[in-house]
Amino acid sequence: MKKQLLLGDEAIAQAAIDAGLSGVYSYPGTPSTEITEYIQQWAKTSDNKTVAVWCANEKTAVETAFGMSYAGKRTLSCMKHVGLNVAADAFMNIAMSGINGGMLIVTADDPSMHSSQNEQDNRVYGNFAMIPVFEPSNQQEAYDMVYEAYDLSEKWGYPVLLRITTRMAHSRAGVTTRPVQAQKPLHLEDNSMSKYTLLPVNARKRYKALIEAQKVFETASETSKYNRLYTVNHHTCRGVVACGIAFNYLQESYPDSFDCPVLKISQYPLPKQQLRELASLCDEILVLEDGYPIVEEQLKGILNTGLTIHGRLDGTLPRDGELNPDIVKHALGFAVTKPYNVPEVVVARPPALCMGCGHRDVYEALNEVVKEYPNAKVFSDIGCYTLGALPPFRAIDSCIDMGASITMARGASDAGVFPAIAVIGDSTFTHSGMTGLLDCVNSNANVLIIISDNETTGMTGGQDSAATGRIHAICQGLGVASEHLHGVVPLKKNFEELKNLIRQEIEYQGVSVIVPCRECIQTHARKVKEKHLKQQA
Amino acid sequence: MKTDIILAGVGGQGILSIAAVIGKAALEDGLYMKQSEVHGMSQRGGDVQSHLRLSDKPIASDLIPLGTADIIISLEPMEALRYLPYMQSDAWVVSNSKPFENIANYPDYAQLMAEYDRLPHKIIFDVEQIAKDFGTPRVGNVVLLGAASPYLGIDFAKLENGIRSIFGKKGEEVVAINLQALQAGRKQCELNKL
Repeated sequence: MKKQLLLGDEAIAQAAIDAGLSGVYSYPGTPSTEITEYIQQWAKTSDNKTVAVWCANEKTAVETAFGMSYAGKRTLSCMKHVGLNVAADAFMNIAMSGINGGMLIVTADDPSMHSSQNEQDNRVYGNFAMIPVFEPSNQQEAYDMVYEAYDLSEKWGYPVLLRITTRMAHSRAGVTTRPVQAQKPLHLEDNSMSKYTLLPVNARKRYKALIEAQKVFETASETSKYNRLYTVNHHTCRGVVACGIAFNYLQESYPDSFDCPVLKISQYPLPKQQLRELASLCDEILVLEDGYPIVEEQLKGILNTGLTIHGRLDGTLPRDGELNPDIVKHALGFAVTKPYNVPEVVVARPPALCMGCGHRDVYEALNEVVKEYPNAKVFSDIGCYTLGALPPFRAIDSCIDMGASITMARGASDAGVFPAIAVIGDSTFTHSGMTGLLDCVNSNANVLIIISDNETTGMTGGQDSAATGRIHAICQGLGVASEHLHGVVPLKKNFEELKNLIRQEIEYQGVSVIVPCRECIQTHARKVKEKHLKQQA
Repeated sequence: MKTDIILAGVGGQGILSIAAVIGKAALEDGLYMKQSEVHGMSQRGGDVQSHLRLSDKPIASDLIPLGTADIIISLEPMEALRYLPYMQSDAWVVSNSKPFENIANYPDYAQLMAEYDRLPHKIIFDVEQIAKDFGTPRVGNVVLLGAASPYLGIDFAKLENGIRSIFGKKGEEVVAINLQALQAGRKQCELNKL
């Protein structure tokens, strides 16, 4: 079959396409974004009507994908790790009901927080929801797992979680693809009301079924080709458990063959028998896993023999941050040598808002007005405009999670902070800001909310924003008074107008919304380029 | 054969198109390849790097271990130095000499160049100056690739095919300009090799 050079994200996308995908529903988030983008690009040139869309948030995405699975078709929903927190309500309960058409959820975790606010390990969610988790060690495995996961999901009757990390998502390698399967026809289950209606009387039955299914999942892990025990022909002091991409770093230290038994793990729940077998071959175990010390903790309970276990908890490996070949090499006891250090003359080059970006105009105006109010607090949110925290702006006081700007401003205002100002982007507003705004309106909170609208989802590379063209109507619909809802174009020439609006609405005792709106310059430039290319063709 | 390459620059400069051309060439050569990229937040004017590994044997890690890279290719002189810990003692640094100054505390240029004086093998020249000869500064990254081409372990002809394949959809004219830029870079290698 064909060999292609694919990012981990692209390998996942191609595998879903080849497995007969009918729909992908996602919300953009680094490092998961390229999966859905790849399917969107492919869908443009394909005539098989696969739906490939961005949703308002991860929860609506997972639920919509689930609706398609309900109708018997194969579906996918992709998100960054923190996105699964938003979708968690749906995720946990889909595991209770089970699925019809094959359903795969991809969580792209970000250890070392390259582009995130935490480094939560979503293998925990797989365990929490009691469903199987796949964690590929390389791009080919990512492809193969996704291709096979649809059959397994349908065979088991449960959704499957694929967990990758930034390094897997954004690393490219040769991938051999498999034959393309046809999409599944519309197929509804008979008498499925009790399965999908989680009233307590039904939910209790479904939970027993889920508990029963654990045996099937465990057996699958024991026999999975993705979990493999490598043995040597003598008893050794050390054995190694290597999960997902950590297996590659281990191999890097042993280019020819391992000198101790190694258990590679890429499918969960954990294969307990294989772990016990590994333990019988050595005197201590080193656990290599990217993220939380999940296997390391579980292993203690599974073995329960007092065997020494090394990993992130005992300091053999750092407790936080992404693994790499050097950290693993060091943990294995090999010397890491580097002839050169970073010269002192080299300084940090942090990311910054693009020159010409509308968020810059917003922060420049906001900073000038805020100077007049020594007790002002600016609560911000997740997006490019979070870069307003860095010099030269230093304009914001918080950034916690999608939508928290508006709700935190309200709570702080209730506590007596004045002025309490929220700065949120357009896509983040429709993702998780609207409900907070409704709370503000209902309590007539004394807040100024600035929705800095660049008509795109900017930070992740310019995906469609569910908010485009709708923000004024949404705010009005939620009950913001028209006289305190303003639009303005954030340009130098409107600087005084923007400042005056901010000052005026800070002084208003109630909910005000200002919507500075100008298209993201990156998105704009890309559209011009695409138009130019189209005209040439 | 094994070549471990660090590509460096500032977000938006175009290091990934260099990687794409090398990748195509490597694939045509039947080599194994792994390439780790940076997307997302750090793209916005921050430092960016890519680890590109080529080998005639399967490659394990997506990341290059410290002290083992064979060459650093950088579109910005300070950015090349940021990755020196990845270099093996005898490696090459091929860099644009023109700073990208988007930070207030950018170091003194003479001090920066003093660091280059200590390196065993380097090629440093004003890539944009050469690119201007082609009427478009955008081919700067291909000029730089040309200058690095003798140290990649890939035939020059295969790199030319890589250019044809990557830029093909933009038309014959764009392909021709980039092929000339690759040649011009190759010449700079001979002129500036230290």
